[in-house]
Amino acid sequence: MTVSLVPFLACFMMITTGVTLLLERSLVRALAGVVVLGNGVNLLILTAGSSAGGSPILGVTPPARMADPLPQAMVLTAIVITMGMTAFLLALVHRTWQLTGTDEVQDDTEDRRVRLRSRRGELGDAVRRRVDDYRRLLVRQRAELANLQAEQAERERLQEADLEQRLARVYDELEEWMRQGREQGLSEEELHRRFEEVGLREEARAGDNLARIEELRDEHARRRGAQAAEEKELRRKLRVRQREARRQMRAAIREERERQALAQDPDLEGDG
Amino acid sequence: MEPSLPVESLICVPVLLPLLAAGVKLAIGGRLRHLQSVISLVTLGLSLAVSVVLLVAAESHGPLVTHLGGWPSPIGICLVADRLSTLVLVVSSAVTFCVMVYSVANAYDQQEHDAPMAIFHPAFLVMVAGVADAFLSGDLFNLFVAFELLLSGSYVLLTFGGTEARIRAGATYTLMALVSSMLFLVALAVTYGATGTLALAQLAERFPQLPEQVKLLVELTLLLAFAIKAAIFPMSAWLPDSYPTAPAPATAVFAGLLTKVGVYSIIRLEALLFPGGPVSTLLMWLALATMLVGVLGAVAQTDLKRMLSFTLVSHIGYMVFGVALSTRAGMAGAIFYVVHHITVQTSLFLVAGMVERRTGTTSVTGLGGLMKATPLIAVLFFVPAMNLSGIPPMSGFLGKLLLVQAGLAAGGWLPVTLVAAGLVTSLLTLYSVAKAWSRAFWSGVRAERVGTVVESEEDTGEDPTVTTTALPAALAVSVTALVVLGLSFTVLAGPLSALAERAASELMAREPYITAVLGRQR
Repeated sequence: MTVSLVPFLACFMMITTGVTLLLERSLVRALAGVVVLGNGVNLLILTAGSSAGGSPILGVTPPARMADPLPQAMVLTAIVITMGMTAFLLALVHRTWQLTGTDEVQDDTEDRRVRLRSRRGELGDAVRRRVDDYRRLLVRQRAELANLQAEQAERERLQEADLEQRLARVYDELEEWMRQGREQGLSEEELHRRFEEVGLREEARAGDNLARIEELRDEHARRRGAQAAEEKELRRKLRVRQREARRQMRAAIREERERQALAQDPDLEGDG
Repeated sequence: MEPSLPVESLICVPVLLPLLAAGVKLAIGGRLRHLQSVISLVTLGLSLAVSVVLLVAAESHGPLVTHLGGWPSPIGICLVADRLSTLVLVVSSAVTFCVMVYSVANAYDQQEHDAPMAIFHPAFLVMVAGVADAFLSGDLFNLFVAFELLLSGSYVLLTFGGTEARIRAGATYTLMALVSSMLFLVALAVTYGATGTLALAQLAERFPQLPEQVKLLVELTLLLAFAIKAAIFPMSAWLPDSYPTAPAPATAVFAGLLTKVGVYSIIRLEALLFPGGPVSTLLMWLALATMLVGVLGAVAQTDLKRMLSFTLVSHIGYMVFGVALSTRAGMAGAIFYVVHHITVQTSLFLVAGMVERRTGTTSVTGLGGLMKATPLIAVLFFVPAMNLSGIPPMSGFLGKLLLVQAGLAAGGWLPVTLVAAGLVTSLLTLYSVAKAWSRAFWSGVRAERVGTVVESEEDTGEDPTVTTTALPAALAVSVTALVVLGLSFTVLAGPLSALAERAASELMAREPYITAVLGRQR
């Protein structure tokens, strides 16, 4: 039995065309697909089922050269059935067009709702993630501020300690000097006299010292003021940053909500 | 030809009688509604009686054959009634009879004003004829015709009334069914080209002589066509998309019978034509995926009918599992499960229809406190729901038990995994039906119905006055009869499982079938 390739190629073409058309959302194209596909399959039954021959009627063709009549009968049945289905599909297309003004198959409403629910869940997750991020940011910034303040306090403490140490040294020197005087057997009056003498002599130096202390204090105060201003500036910047973050977050959430409200479902628009 | 038993001429009755009745009804048209109902009920009642007679005869005499037109088998086409086909035929006739009582009581054909004429009964009867033909067919091409018959009836029922939701669902369903029919035709072409016959009995003899690859090709193509019909994952997405919108009696019959026709065809295919083929591992994986994916879908649903559709998909997995085991016990378990599932799933969908009729919705978010309002519906939902999820001692439990035993007896890690998956599926089914039950029936307060756009779109155009009317008694009677039938499988579990066992062994032996059809001893 020899097999001709041409009918099989024709089947192949028709079946692929039919399947391609069936994949369309438009019902008219799907209908065309069904028709082409059906014809392709019918041709396949004829070609695969039997070899070519004369018409299977006694007296017309000798029995040895007859084509097999059974596939022809099957194809006939299949053609009738396909015709019925085509008529029904046509009615469906017409009714769809009547009801919706388009012949595209719409998505199932319940499917849509299940999908929307899952999307709403995703949106909720996104919002929750953002809020978490925001909280983490706040905590970090507070920690930064606290660190800054702690550093400041430590520095002040160190400076004060330094000042006290210096004062203590001066007092120690004075005590030492008085003690030496007493050891030399000087009377209290003499000591006082000398002390005042030295005081008068060293007035300039003591004044210098006092001035330096004053200066130190002033500088300290100035620095504190500067630091307070700096701190204030930092806090202001932090607040600005937080406001900005909050604004961005709100905008993102709003945008996502809007997207959901407007284009409820990007898959719904068909393949247009 | 050997002289045939007189009962053999009865085989064509379940096919021809509904077809004739459908023709008469189309001639009558929209007039004489009472006569329409009477004709439908008498036809389906007679079919049921004949099926029972056939079951008894097939049980005592072995497979019965009728050669249509008197042509002997390889030339003419034949109808074969063996234990398996008559058993499912009896159950399907009983179920269709109950559904017809339900729909007459519900008067779906008269209520929907959009329907151009009383088309419901003829379409229903054509579908019933197709189902019977598919069960009895002894010829692959006749099986194709039977499929087309039942599908064309179901197209009409699914798009009944032509509302937007139903037309949308109908487009999906019709295109899906057409693709599967085309695949079936391709398989027929290849089969005929390879073997030169389409009679099942002759095919069973000739397939072993074919090269392995050709055999596998034919088997896989046929399996694909049937798997689409049976809604086996990943070919199941169309089912929950299209079933829930149809009128309740139609959905109930679709859920009960149409997928089971696919399962029945797979059973025949695997047992008669390709025994012990290499695809059983593939079938096991498919069963696993069908069970789990289906039931996970069911858990996510808030609509009663959609939830039931997903459990339907998931429980198809059990039957495929039984077939895939390709042992006698597995096959028997699958047959028992088919019988149980036809009844239970149909009654559940009918109850969902009752709920819809009573309240106007099946969304559990819009329901509540039904236990107090309609205790009868609540009980009628509760019993088959528990039956479905396999609470002992109901038939759902027994069917699962048979399958679990068969799976453990088969051994190996894949069957045991499937047994575990089956138990998980059963638990998740229980979870989803219990969730629906407690929210729709058990909870005290009627939840506020959210009047969103989606909600109102979903309304399938039921007559608003219907929601306030009380339920007709016949409605409750028919559903109760179905529920009781489901429960009776527990009482009759012994004889029924023995019958399933005998049907399975007859099926696996293959000889009785081939001998009966070809009429000679091999």
